[in-house]
Amino acid sequence: MSRIKGMQELFKRHRRPGDIVFAWFFLAVAAFLFSQLATQSPWNPEARIFSQPAFWPTVSVVLMVVFAALHLISSALSQRLVGRLAELGFWLRSAEYALWFMAYVFMVPWAGYLPTTILFGVGLALRAGYRSKRMIISVVLLSIGIVVIFKSFLQVKIPGGEIYQYLPGTLRSFMLTYL
Amino acid sequence: MEIFFSAVNLLLDWQVLLALLIGSIGGVIIGAIPGVGAAVAIAILLPATFALPPLVGLTMLLGIYGSSMYGGALPAVLINTPGTAVNALTTYDGYPMTKNGEAKRAVALSYSASFVGGVISILCLIMLSPVLARIAPMFGSREIFLAALLGIVLVVLAHRGQVFAAGMLAAFGIFLQMVGLEPVTYSKRFTFDQTWLTSGVDLIVVVLGLFALSQAFLLLTEKDNAPEMKPLEGSMSAGLKELWLYKRVASVSAGFGVLMGMIPGVGEFTAQFMAYTYAQKTSKKPELFGKGSPEGLIASEAANNAVPAAAMIPLLALGIPGEALTAMMLSVFYVHNVIPGPQLFQGQMDFVMALYLALLILNVIVLCFLLVSTNVLTRIIELPTRLIGLSILLLSFVGVYSLRNSITDCAMAAGFGVFGVILKRLHLPIVPIILGMVLGGIMEVKLRSAMPRLKTPLDMIERPIAMVLFALILIVLALHIRTFFRRQLERKSNVEIDH
Repeated sequence: MSRIKGMQELFKRHRRPGDIVFAWFFLAVAAFLFSQLATQSPWNPEARIFSQPAFWPTVSVVLMVVFAALHLISSALSQRLVGRLAELGFWLRSAEYALWFMAYVFMVPWAGYLPTTILFGVGLALRAGYRSKRMIISVVLLSIGIVVIFKSFLQVKIPGGEIYQYLPGTLRSFMLTYL
Repeated sequence: MEIFFSAVNLLLDWQVLLALLIGSIGGVIIGAIPGVGAAVAIAILLPATFALPPLVGLTMLLGIYGSSMYGGALPAVLINTPGTAVNALTTYDGYPMTKNGEAKRAVALSYSASFVGGVISILCLIMLSPVLARIAPMFGSREIFLAALLGIVLVVLAHRGQVFAAGMLAAFGIFLQMVGLEPVTYSKRFTFDQTWLTSGVDLIVVVLGLFALSQAFLLLTEKDNAPEMKPLEGSMSAGLKELWLYKRVASVSAGFGVLMGMIPGVGEFTAQFMAYTYAQKTSKKPELFGKGSPEGLIASEAANNAVPAAAMIPLLALGIPGEALTAMMLSVFYVHNVIPGPQLFQGQMDFVMALYLALLILNVIVLCFLLVSTNVLTRIIELPTRLIGLSILLLSFVGVYSLRNSITDCAMAAGFGVFGVILKRLHLPIVPIILGMVLGGIMEVKLRSAMPRLKTPLDMIERPIAMVLFALILIVLALHIRTFFRRQLERKSNVEIDH
């Protein structure tokens, strides 16, 4: 019994609320990948072991399973802190901004980089709780600044918006090239 | 000498000088904003630098890398919030000094200690160059494989108390690198017959998701916060003179930074810990540590600022990044077809020397900038956190989308962003994923090219450097296991005494 308790002591660590949920999730993902090794990373009978295309995927997935299992054990044996559900809620709330980001990504090729950036900048500012005129103007200036620095000066590869096609000649080519 | 003049000539290009200026000053500003840090800034700027000439892009990123810790010390000293993660130890003595009414002294000491740390590190780098140029060609495929393996082992073991988590995340990083078409036989690995997975998972997409987008999501979701700052009055030059009184602590701490920076996977935290412990043990007033000791502050800042230049040693000499930021820089090298490693030292020594000189100049630029602009920077610290999150989100789009104009990349980055939020909230490390990806790729290629020349597995360690590296891996593992069990015994005996 004392030996088992000693082993338990070895695995104890500081853990945050939600740690065990993540540990289970990661182990499940690792176990799923392990179950797919034979089909997703086949072995070539003619190649030597270290030249096998499947060698490193196998090493990494096996290590993932082993370490994820150990992490789960240590999580289960460590002192639990209250607030697991609140923490899960936080993770989900943060996913909302991933959706904002993806909406921004989908809109740029259609509405153009400058209009979309201003629109999303202001939208996010309002969502973040900023209502003052000063803050909204700051966000608009920030959005214009980002577009001018990256698209106009640094010429990063961001396509012009489809709606720019409806603009008159000179303005259209200017918007397509610089904004 | 010819190499030196050739390097100066490379640096005298207006684009390089401008990039250095923007990178240095931008890095200080970014470092001063709590919650941003060099990793986020470099991740965002990385794709933008691909269009620039190699030295221009690299000096800009180096500028950010080398100067962000200067800026990060400011909120650490003034509001007890480290600007970058590596300034955390600075709060131990910096903030108590502020509370004791010595804010200006603390800020000046942290700047001067950072400067000394940075300069000593670069001088070491320059002096070591001839040695590196001689040793680097001795690294063949098997040595580079073993060095990368040592890097993985160290990055896992360096996360004390989180070794299992670091292990599983490093393995996850290696796995991510393996997804897609295998580079030699073009067989598909873990693509699940999805075309979008065939091209694999791009390192920059993962970096942007885990560092930049996750920080944006985190700041936007958390409660808004805008710290209030009081302006600092008077001149900073007295602090620069005061550092002379603590020259021993500053130089030894910088030495720890150089040593730890050179070892892949170790980095700033270990360097700071060792420097701080040394400073406390040798101090005449050890009781002041944690309560406003200037020596503690100097040890922390000199050690962390000595790391960036030293971390360039394994990157330039062997092509092995020691931490996340140098891993990002490695991709800039590759994009410009400049392959770090032994050949770089043999064929493009002037390029390497130009990078060293750029690091030296950036330290001078940053110090001059800080001496006149500290009060402006205190205003930047007052920016509300949700506004910073919003800015990062808008900037991250540029980083991800401009890579390949791919919506899939953006979706992956968003997914990694949420994953990064979870890791950050659980205080689990992100760096092992990035190093796993980079070092995993290196290990696969180097092991494959080393194996045909070996008759037995033992031939792997027949050459002296390979043998040393292998012995180091074994020693590091043995020491870790020994420390682990010793701590458990100590904990057990403490519990028995309490009873």
